[in-house]
Amino acid sequence: MVLTVVEGRVLKYGDNINTDVIYPGKYLVFTQPEKMAEHAMEGLDPEFPRKIRDYGLVVAGKNFGCGSSREHAPQSLKYAGCKCVLAESFARIFFRNAINIGLPIIECKGIHSKTDEGDRLQIDMEKGIIKNLTKNEVLNFKPFPDFLLKIFRSGGLISYLNLKSKTT
Amino acid sequence: MGEVKLSGKGLPVTKKILAKASGKEYVESGEFVEAKVGMVMVNDLTGPLALDAFEKLKEKKVWDKNRIVIVLDHQIPADSVHSAELHKRLRRFAAEYGIKNFYDVGRGGICHQVMVEKGHVKPGVVVVGADSHTCTYGALGAFATGIGSTDAAAVFSTGSLWFKVPEVMRINVEGNLKPYVFPKDLILHVVGLIGEDGAIYMGLEFTGSTIKKMGVEGRLTLCNMVVEAGAKTGIIEPDEKTIEYLKGRVKESFTPVYSDQDAKYEEELSLNVEDLEPQVACPHSVSNVKPVDEVGDVEIDQAFIGSCTNGRIEDLRVAAKILEGRKVKDGVRLIVIPASQEIYLQALKEGLFEVFVRAGAYIGPATCGPCLGGHFGLLADGEVCISSTNRNFVGRMGSPKSKVYLASPATVAASALTGKITNPKKFM
Ligand code: SF4
Repeated sequence: MVLTVVEGRVLKYGDNINTDVIYPGKYLVFTQPEKMAEHAMEGLDPEFPRKIRDYGLVVAGKNFGCGSSREHAPQSLKYAGCKCVLAESFARIFFRNAINIGLPIIECKGIHSKTDEGDRLQIDMEKGIIKNLTKNEVLNFKPFPDFLLKIFRSGGLISYLNLKSKTT
Repeated sequence: MGEVKLSGKGLPVTKKILAKASGKEYVESGEFVEAKVGMVMVNDLTGPLALDAFEKLKEKKVWDKNRIVIVLDHQIPADSVHSAELHKRLRRFAAEYGIKNFYDVGRGGICHQVMVEKGHVKPGVVVVGADSHTCTYGALGAFATGIGSTDAAAVFSTGSLWFKVPEVMRINVEGNLKPYVFPKDLILHVVGLIGEDGAIYMGLEFTGSTIKKMGVEGRLTLCNMVVEAGAKTGIIEPDEKTIEYLKGRVKESFTPVYSDQDAKYEEELSLNVEDLEPQVACPHSVSNVKPVDEVGDVEIDQAFIGSCTNGRIEDLRVAAKILEGRKVKDGVRLIVIPASQEIYLQALKEGLFEVFVRAGAYIGPATCGPCLGGHFGLLADGEVCISSTNRNFVGRMGSPKSKVYLASPATVAASALTGKITNPKKFM
């Protein structure tokens, strides 16, 4: 089971953050989690792997994760210690990949303009509530539809299939 | 081979194929469906992660060994011990599970070209691939979309996958392209118009007289780049040209699916391309598109013709026509890479390689090569490349301080001759 309430501080990035900067092509030959973690966000912010361990949350603008289908991108974020990515919108393959590997991901209009770097957020995935503890504000988002919630609650697509095969 | 009259409910072909694959009469935008997959592909970079996920499954059985395609293309021949290990792992998996559609070094080429060329894509079905440019195959009337590695593992095991039914945008294109303007210019123009995220989650359907006249190769280029506008798929209804292309390639029977006559689209875009000039996507965004004559004075260090976007035989022919009897400008390196072994052989037979070599170009083996900056042909700090590929993100082809401009093979060839970004008009 994955945690459906997460808390952390915000590292903030802009619009159209593509998978080539999240995980540069030259590292695609690595599949070991610790290697992937080392190069997370390297094209944009080489300090990211060090910072995200303290912060935990990524907030971005629109179209986060556009570009290639490389699952290394969400995996590198997850392995580096990112607990949740919040953005105005996501590129669709990144979105799928995140759900499938159990990386919490939230689409929330206004999140980018209403949060600053360093803000502490508490997020309830199932209720669709983001509490900005620093600013004492609340933002709402549309929680996942049941179908995705099921995959998400199992911890990702593979665990979901394994659970399903046990019950049938 | 009759039309599938599934609904008469105003469904565009994109949704009709998804409905059919999910055993439904009708699907609505935004609805989640579990659809049967006709074919799944992984390559040497996404495949190993798919195997990692597959190995975590309780039942490590594949649903249909004939519907899995594995292509080594991104890092071939192995450029490091790391990639050699990845290749070895995929080779073993293919042998262990009896996957015959395994394309090793020297047997295939770039995954998307291999998929269409070897007949793994047929109209009317859902085809998925762990590579974002899987959308290319929509050019043959399939619902084709890129997925992740964990997705691919799920398909390996179950033969189906979850999808959100996309909203659909129709792009109707009328008019004749000028002789020095190509499908690549058209799709760059479209991405420029709708923007990098203008079609997020959407399916695009191309219709109109320009598309009807366009050959299959050009249509592949068009659908290849829909993902650069965020789209999930791009599709063109099959016609005689499609059927002709599929002859001798696709062995199984198939039933094309067409849009209902009263198909409803969430968005429509109408274009007339009579006056369209060659287009260039400037750094560092595919939607930063300008007509070539408005790009200004841009000197280049490298020119690249290849990739799943524009490494097909017609692309090489056009480039050869421009380069014939001329020399690549001193100080500029031109790299030419056919997208597959089949294209390589054809270019060889047609004498195109002699033209390239005499012009001073470097010819590479069928591979993704410089396109993703993972292999050879990388760019140094401050260098500029004009490329027939599909992405110009920061660092895409090497140093984060290099710059990539995207254009048609004709514009790339013309620019290689002058050493500056150049309208191919004057060489044609
Ligand atoms: S040629 Fe480039 S875009 Fe096409 S599959 Fe290879 S790396 Fe990806």
